[in-house]
Amino acid sequence: MNDITVRGGRVLDPANGIDAVADVIVRDGVIAEVGKAAKAPGDVIDASGLVVCPGFVDVHAHLREPGFEHKETVETGTRAAARGGFTTVCAMPNTEPPTDSAGAVEFVLRTAAAKGVVRVLPIGCVTKGRAGHDLAELAELSAAGAVAFSDDGAPVADAALMRRALEYAGMLQTPVIDHAEEPALAAGGVMHEGWVSTRLGLRGVPAAAEESFVARDIALAQATGSRVHLAHVSTAGSVELVRAAKARGAPVTAEVTPHHLALTHEAVLTGPTEGGALAYDTNAKVNPPLRTPEDVAACVAGLLDGTIDCIATDHAPHATQDKLCEFDAAAMGISGLETALALSLTAIPLEAAVERLTAAPAATLGLERHVPGIGSLSKGAPGDVAIIDPEGEWTVEPETFASLGKNTPLTGRTLKGRVVATVYAGKVVHDAR
Amino acid sequence: MIARTVLSAEEIRRAVRRIAHEIVERNHGLADVVLVGMRTRGVPLANRLAEAIGEIEDASVPVGALDIGLYRDDIASRAPHVQPTDLPMAMEGRTVILVDDVLYTGRSIRAALNALTDFGRPAAIQLAVLVDRGHRQLPIRADYVGKNIPTALHEDVDVLLEETDGHDEVRIAREEGEQ
Amino acid sequence: MIRATSQEQAVAPRSGDERKWTRQHLLDVDDLSGDEIGLLMETADSMKEVLGRDVPRVPTLRGRTVVTLFYEASTRTRASFELAGKALGADVINVAAGGSSVEKGESLIDTVRTLQAVGADVLVMRHGSSGAPHLVARHVRSSVINAGDGWHAHPTQALLDLYTMRAHLGDVRGRRVVIVGDIAHSRVARSNIWLLSNAGAEVTVCGPATLLPAGLRSGDPPVEEPQALPRVNVETDLDAAVEGADVLMALRLQKERMTGGLLPSLREYATLYQLNESRVARAASGALVMHPGPINEGVEISPAVASSLQSVIDEQVTNGVAVRMAALLLMCGVKTG
Repeated sequence: MNDITVRGGRVLDPANGIDAVADVIVRDGVIAEVGKAAKAPGDVIDASGLVVCPGFVDVHAHLREPGFEHKETVETGTRAAARGGFTTVCAMPNTEPPTDSAGAVEFVLRTAAAKGVVRVLPIGCVTKGRAGHDLAELAELSAAGAVAFSDDGAPVADAALMRRALEYAGMLQTPVIDHAEEPALAAGGVMHEGWVSTRLGLRGVPAAAEESFVARDIALAQATGSRVHLAHVSTAGSVELVRAAKARGAPVTAEVTPHHLALTHEAVLTGPTEGGALAYDTNAKVNPPLRTPEDVAACVAGLLDGTIDCIATDHAPHATQDKLCEFDAAAMGISGLETALALSLTAIPLEAAVERLTAAPAATLGLERHVPGIGSLSKGAPGDVAIIDPEGEWTVEPETFASLGKNTPLTGRTLKGRVVATVYAGKVVHDAR
Repeated sequence: MIARTVLSAEEIRRAVRRIAHEIVERNHGLADVVLVGMRTRGVPLANRLAEAIGEIEDASVPVGALDIGLYRDDIASRAPHVQPTDLPMAMEGRTVILVDDVLYTGRSIRAALNALTDFGRPAAIQLAVLVDRGHRQLPIRADYVGKNIPTALHEDVDVLLEETDGHDEVRIAREEGEQ
Repeated sequence: MIRATSQEQAVAPRSGDERKWTRQHLLDVDDLSGDEIGLLMETADSMKEVLGRDVPRVPTLRGRTVVTLFYEASTRTRASFELAGKALGADVINVAAGGSSVEKGESLIDTVRTLQAVGADVLVMRHGSSGAPHLVARHVRSSVINAGDGWHAHPTQALLDLYTMRAHLGDVRGRRVVIVGDIAHSRVARSNIWLLSNAGAEVTVCGPATLLPAGLRSGDPPVEEPQALPRVNVETDLDAAVEGADVLMALRLQKERMTGGLLPSLREYATLYQLNESRVARAASGALVMHPGPINEGVEISPAVASSLQSVIDEQVTNGVAVRMAALLLMCGVKTG
C-alpha cells in the first residue's frame, strides 16, 4: 500500500489536543506520524492553508440497504460520506428487513466490505422487527458487530420494554439510542407545532412530544445505570433536561444534527429562497422537525457547553418522488452527509465542529472498543483523514451529491466549509483539489 | 402625437340634436323606445339623446346602460374589467336604440347585440353612433350617424365628453412620424 | 379616452379604470392587494347582475375548460364553482378523486398534468393536505384556484364572506367580527382572519382551548413574526366575545373532533359555543349572522338564529357563485404559459 503524506496543513486533532501546522504521514493504512517530516514519503497531498483532521465519525446515518435501494445504497451512502469528510458511518437498522438479527448485521458488514467506500459500523435493532414488542437478540447482534442498539425512526414506546432493553444492553456495555418522541403527542404531526404550523395549517408536533420521552429515557437510564444515547435532540427543553441529568451524573449522552443547529421551522414556509408563494418545502420536512430560533440557540449552546456530546447527521436520503408530493404525504428526512460540515460551521467555531465530528462521536458510542484510535490522529490509529478548507465557499447543488438522496432544504445556498479531500484507511476516497 | 379636432363641442351638440330628430321621425309615438348606452361613453350620449328627444317631443324615453365586457371575443388577451349592466325594464317587445360613441370594426356592436338578446327579445334594435370611422370587419351599419369620419387604420379617434373627460371634443390622433 | 390603434383594441374598454388582474393562481388571500380585492368585489357585482337575469348565462368563457378536482367530498363548493363556470359559458368537468392520490397509486402531479394535457384552463382544486394547490401551481401552466386545502385556506369562501359583509355594512374597517368554533382545524377561519384583518376589521376568534391553534392559546408566547397570522383577539368565553359585535360567524363543527378527545360532548359544546338568540341579542343591533355551511343545526347555531332575519347564510351561498364567477373570469383573462 502506498504511503500518503498530508503536507503543511493546520492539524487539528482534538483527541490529542493538537492544533499546529504539521505533516500527517499515513503508512500501511494507519497513522504513522504527525509532525515535521524530513522528507515526504509516498503520495503528497499539499494541505498548506487547509485544515487536516481525523476523518469524521457519524453515529447516525440511514444507508437504506437492504430494502430501499432506490433511496440509497451502502455504496452511494458511503460515497456521500467520503464527500462530506466522513470515514466512519454508523448505519441505522430501519432497513427492510431491519437489522434485528446477526445475519442482518453480517449483511451490512459484508456489503460494506464489498461496496463501501468508508467504514460502516452497523447499529442493531432494540426490538424484533422494530415492532416494539420483544427484545431483539441483543447479545448476538453485538457479537456480530453491532455497535449500538436503536429502533430509530420510532422510539421504544413501551417504557417497561425500554427499561429491559437498557438493563440488557448495559450488560453488553452497548448503548441504546432512542428516538425520543411520545407517539400519541406526535401522531400525524408533520412539522414543529408553532406559529408556522398555524400559518400553514399543518399538524404540528409539540416540543413536549420529544421532551416527555427525553425525561422518561433519563429516568430509566438513571434507574438502570445503563447508558441511553438520545438521538437528534431538537428542543430547548430537551437540552435543559439533559443538562440537569448530566449534572446529576445520569448515564446519558446526546447528539444534535447539523440542520437542527442551523435551520428553523421557517424553512418549511419559505423554502430555500425567500419570497414568493408559500413554499410548503417538503425538503424541510424532517423528524424531529425543525424548531424555533430559541430551540436552535439552545442546541448550539448545549453542544458548545458539552450538554450535547456530538454532531450526528441523521442522513436520511429519499427518492425524488418521496418528496415531490403533498406535504402531509412526503417522507421525513434530510440528505445530510454532504452538507454536515458546512452547516455545522454556520453555528459553531471550526475547532468545536471538528471535535464534535471526530473524537466526540467516537467517544459517545464507545467506538474505540471496536476500532482502536478511531476519531484521532494517534500513532497507529486508522489512516482516516479529512482535509478541509473552512473558508472555502460552495453552493449546494443536490444534483452533484454522491448520495441518491437529493433531498436537502439547502438547494442554492452558498455555504462556507469545503471538504477538499478524504483519506480512508490510507486511501484517497474523495479528492476535490 | 399629432391630434386634430374633427368635431367641436358645438358640432357634437348639433349632431346629437339631429340624431334625436331622426329618432323621433322614424319611431313615431316613441311608445316602446328605450335608449341603451354602451359603456362607457355611449351612456352619456344616450342620456343627451333622451334629453334632446324630451325637448322635441315632450316625451320621456327610458335610458339603460349596457356593459359588453362579458360578450367580447378577446378575453384571452386581457383580463376583462366588467361593469354592471343596468337596464330599466325588460327588453321584450321594445324598440331598442343602441348608442355608442364610435363605430369601427363592428365587433363591439356584435357583442352588444348578443348581450341585449340575453335580456329578452326586442321588437327591433337600431344603432346610433356619434362617429362612424369605417373599417368594418362585420356586416353591421348604423341607423343614425353623427358624422362619418374617414380615417386611416393607424389613427385613433378620441371622443371626449363633458361627463367623462371634462369637455366635448372629437379628434383624430396619430403617432408622429407616421404617414 | 378611446385608443383604437389596432383591431384588438378596437373594442378596448371605455373605462378609465386601468386596474389589471395579473395573478395566475388564487391560492391564498393573505397577499391580495386592496386593488385586487376591490376588482374582485366589483366584478362580483357584475356577476350578481348576470345571476339575477331570467337566463343567468353569458358566453364570456365559451371554449374555456374549467376542471374541478376534488380530493375531498364537497357538494356545496363544487356545485358553486360548477354553476359559476357554466354561467360564464365555460365547459365544466368535475373530477372526483376519492381518497388520497397515494392510495390511488397516482401522484398528484401526474393527475394534474393529465388534466392540463386534456385542456384544463382553470383547475379548481380541493385537497385535504394543506399546500397541495401550491405544489400543483408550481407544476402546471393552468390557473389554479384553491377551493380549500387542509386547514390552510379557502380563499373564495373568505372573499364571499367579505362580499356579503360589505353588501350590508359597507366598509368593514373597524367592524367587529367574531368567528366561533373550531379555529384550529378551519381553513375558513384562517382565510377570514387574513382577509378581514387586511381589510381593517377587528377580528375575534372564539372557541374551546382545544380547538385553538398554536400561537392563539393562552400559554403560547406572543408571536411577533411578520409572516405569522395577523393578530386577533382570542376569547374562550362566547358571551364575552359577542358583546357589541357586528358580525357573528359560526364554523361547522366536524363530528370527528369528538373522537379525537378534543371535546367532551356535542351537548357541552352547544352549551358553551352555540350561537343562540340570547347571544345574538348581546351583539350590536342588526349584527349579521353567518355560517359557511353546511350547518349542524342545534350544534354550532340554533335553528331560530339560522333562520332569523339577521342570518345572511342563504345570501352567502348566492354570493358564492358571483364571487367564484369573478375569480374564474379574472383568472381566464391572464395570459399563461
